[in-house]
Amino acid sequence: MHSTDVAQADPGDLIACPQCDALYRARMPEHGSRAVCARCHTVLIAPRRRAGMIIIALAAAQLVLVLGAVWFPFLRISRQGFANEATLLDAALSFTGGPLLLLSLAVTALIVLVPLARAVLTIYVLGPLVFDRPAPPGALRLFAFAEALRPWSMAEIFALGCAVALVKVADLAHLSFGPAFWMFAGLVFLTVIHDRWMCRWSVWQALERGYGARKAQVAA
Amino acid sequence: MSDAAGTITAREAGLVACTRCTRVWPAGTARCGRCGKQLVSRDTHSLSRVWAWWVAGVLCYIPANLYPMLRTRMLFTTSDDTIVQGAIELATHGAPVVALIILVASVAIPLGKFAAIAWLAISVRRGSRATPQARHRLYEIVEYIGRWSMIDVFVVAILTALVQLNLAASIKPGPAALAFALSVIFTMLSAQAFDPRLIWDRAKDDTRARAARA
Repeated sequence: MHSTDVAQADPGDLIACPQCDALYRARMPEHGSRAVCARCHTVLIAPRRRAGMIIIALAAAQLVLVLGAVWFPFLRISRQGFANEATLLDAALSFTGGPLLLLSLAVTALIVLVPLARAVLTIYVLGPLVFDRPAPPGALRLFAFAEALRPWSMAEIFALGCAVALVKVADLAHLSFGPAFWMFAGLVFLTVIHDRWMCRWSVWQALERGYGARKAQVAA
Repeated sequence: MSDAAGTITAREAGLVACTRCTRVWPAGTARCGRCGKQLVSRDTHSLSRVWAWWVAGVLCYIPANLYPMLRTRMLFTTSDDTIVQGAIELATHGAPVVALIILVASVAIPLGKFAAIAWLAISVRRGSRATPQARHRLYEIVEYIGRWSMIDVFVVAILTALVQLNLAASIKPGPAALAFALSVIFTMLSAQAFDPRLIWDRAKDDTRARAARA
């Protein structure tokens, strides 16, 4: 990235590092390579070939896995003839009564609702763009919302929590993983790839163009 | 380019940048025309919000360690475990690795985060000898790692849902679970409120001042 004569350039051609405010002339790097801020090394642009299609496919798979992970049991326990199974919803809603109910709602949001919302929003916002349609209504707002949700999606932390729980009660009772645990592990894996493939700058750029197309369509 | 001298910031160029979608606008623009985010060249209230969330996080962290996190009821015994007691019990029962994960996620990371955020906020005001690169790296680590503290809350949720074996054994959450979750959430908000651009502004001002003195 070059920072020469950026002051004279049209603001639309520039990109500012969101972390340290360094200003650059935006230029699309080659597919597979990345444009990085020279000062703080934040990744600014990282395009990938056919990324849109892959991200849509990943989001659809995430959607299926979240829904599956909610309904199937993810851990099974047995001891002295007593047995019990827990689904994700059981775990999320396990804090009942009084102020702990608040915690139930928070846990449900962090491990189920936020990942679900991100998958749905990704499909809704990027789907039309991938198929060269104008951006859907509210696309910019909704993509911004999906981005704001990113740090609050804690599926991978929950998956590690399962493993810790398994060890913690190992001498108390016999524990085994149910199908939902493996779905959850798959979800974690997909989320990591999803974040790697998503080039935010390209999406914003495409949404801006898609909005132009939408306005033109409405006017015609 | 390794030094900051060659770069020009959006503010120096008379522009204001959107921190959400990286689009650049002429200074004085109120809202990003692309993503709708309110534009501020430097978030001047950033530090007061950082400190407000920070204090809330620290206050919640105290009861989180004093009250029990788990109530385990076995056939004839009941035991209340705080976070640290639970980890010690795990270590003595032959699971030192898991005990270490819990200790790192529930004690070392939260305490380290409190210290790191406080130091970053103070160094932006007072200046620091550490390079802006190093401080920015620290900020990134704090942002990334903070969420992992939530693991203990999830473990409690999983155990509570699972270990309901009638008379044989049952587990219930203690009041510390709520306090701990709130502490993690408040500290995440504190880190998000911090405007890392302040680190670089301050560093540039300091370099200039040093050059003027020389």
